[in-house]
Amino acid sequence: MEFPTALVLNAIVAGLLLGGFYAAVSVGISISFGMLDVVNIAHPAFIILGSYIAYIVNARLGFDPILVSVVLSPLFFALGMLVYRVYYVCFEKRGQESLRGLAFFFGILFITEVTLVLIFGVDYRLVETSYSSTTLRLGPVDFPLRLVVPFAVSLAMVIGVQLFLSRTFFGRAVLAVAQDQLALRLMAINPFRVKEFAFALSIATAGIAGAFLIVIQPVQPSIGREYIGLVFAVCVLGGLGSIWGTLLGAFILGLAESFTSTFFGPSWAPAVSFGILLGALAFRPTGLLGR
Amino acid sequence: MRNRTFAVIAFAIALVLIALTRVIANDYFFSAVYTVLQFIVLATAWNILGGYTGYVNFGSAAFFAVGAYTTVFLNKSLHLPLPVLIVAGTIVAGLLGLGVGYLTLRMRGVFFAISTLALAVVLFTFVVNWDYVGGARGAYIIQPREAPLGFSRYGHLLYATMVLMAAFAIVVARAIERSVIGRGLAAIRDDEVAAECAGVPTLRLKLFSATVSGALMGMAGTTLPLYLSYVEPTAAFNLSYAVNSIAMPLIGGMMSWLGPLIGAVLLGTVQQVVQVTISSEWNLFIVGVLLVAFVTLAPNGIMGWVEAWRRSRPHPR
Repeated sequence: MEFPTALVLNAIVAGLLLGGFYAAVSVGISISFGMLDVVNIAHPAFIILGSYIAYIVNARLGFDPILVSVVLSPLFFALGMLVYRVYYVCFEKRGQESLRGLAFFFGILFITEVTLVLIFGVDYRLVETSYSSTTLRLGPVDFPLRLVVPFAVSLAMVIGVQLFLSRTFFGRAVLAVAQDQLALRLMAINPFRVKEFAFALSIATAGIAGAFLIVIQPVQPSIGREYIGLVFAVCVLGGLGSIWGTLLGAFILGLAESFTSTFFGPSWAPAVSFGILLGALAFRPTGLLGR
Repeated sequence: MRNRTFAVIAFAIALVLIALTRVIANDYFFSAVYTVLQFIVLATAWNILGGYTGYVNFGSAAFFAVGAYTTVFLNKSLHLPLPVLIVAGTIVAGLLGLGVGYLTLRMRGVFFAISTLALAVVLFTFVVNWDYVGGARGAYIIQPREAPLGFSRYGHLLYATMVLMAAFAIVVARAIERSVIGRGLAAIRDDEVAAECAGVPTLRLKLFSATVSGALMGMAGTTLPLYLSYVEPTAAFNLSYAVNSIAMPLIGGMMSWLGPLIGAVLLGTVQQVVQVTISSEWNLFIVGVLLVAFVTLAPNGIMGWVEAWRRSRPHPR
């Protein structure tokens, strides 16, 4: 059998483009779970919420969904602050985050999903943008703009988050919270404020990633659950608390899923992330670029 | 009360519930009670790992569905009788619990929780792609027309089976809770490092409780295909099973076998009422809101209130 060069090249390009999007989806978990130790399993629910908000604004006013999500990101930031306050007062302060805190986020995930079902039903929704149906061709390789635009904005966002964390004073405070909260207290900084800010930032990235999602594929309230395995797989594989690791993990996962869809059929793709998650947990729990 | 006495009482109550098939003619009654009983098994099973040991399982639906699909598979391939199907589904789900536990229970609790969440998605994908058990279309299983043991209908037999399962699950949970194993599990829940240092075999105990918990969840699922005559992946893997089996112990109280029972009866009944009077989506919404409300405002559940009320009373002298 002849080696299917075009097929493989396309799978690689699609995987990398998908990986960029996965990085945007997972960067929030990398902050909340990796740095703050807040196991926010409701993260995908906020992504789907972002998708639906982008969808409504686009349907009513016709603005580009990604632009809408960036403009509305302060809203998600505020939502994130609110959620973290409740979480802090009810669970973290009492030392009950491991069991009840998880159940709390699971409840939020579930409520968001059911609320969206109650309002919008279980139909798939998609946003058509001016670039949705355009595909650039480079030899045998396809670059659908539907994937390229979210890829580019995702990369900008993830790199922006990384620069913010490593270069600014407040960003370094977030990294410090991840390393040693007691030392932070000794320097008269309130870890609660820093964590609240960082958690809110993670939810803001979820809102923006939601807009990417609805540009890339049709969205339905319950598809958020498929992303839970994915985001944690990306973060654990890349190494908890490392944004570069998350980016690397996202590309690996994107490639793995793209090859699985190309050679085994797309219905098997959701199983890939779980396999990678279990493999990473079993063989290298600290991840590729872990601390 | 000794375990044997408790078991005798539990099964006596079960026999009374089974005897109702002779008295009550309303079919809806049995369907509603069947659903509530199913939740009693799931909640009790979840609590063995969640409440006693402190490890959250989000994949109750996956274990439940594994039980259901074991029935579908064995019924199609070998036409086995009901008791064998139940035992087989229980064993397969227990092995799944053991396997997932073995891979992830050695790490921090959150990894187990996340793995169970992902497990549900993967098993769902697997079943959707497996044509032999119906794939995404689902599978039909025809109920035998004749019901054995003097039941007038096969549905009544399944109802009786579920009553016995609920009694069995509660007896097992109570026996574990009061044994040396139960104290070991409580030590793990309260402080795992201290437990390990005190010589508690933590990994073995965690694996034990993951296995028993998974097996009981699978057991609850084994009769589902026969009960509905039709099973498809979205129904068997429904997230409502996972949410309910977490919400019920949390609402009832997680420290003893009584909590999940109270939670399941209360929440299960409320859901039946809401489902009939309003709609099934609102019913799920209410479960979610109750879960979040209880976990934030009343972390010890209804049994926590009872406990607080008991303590506030002056001691009788």
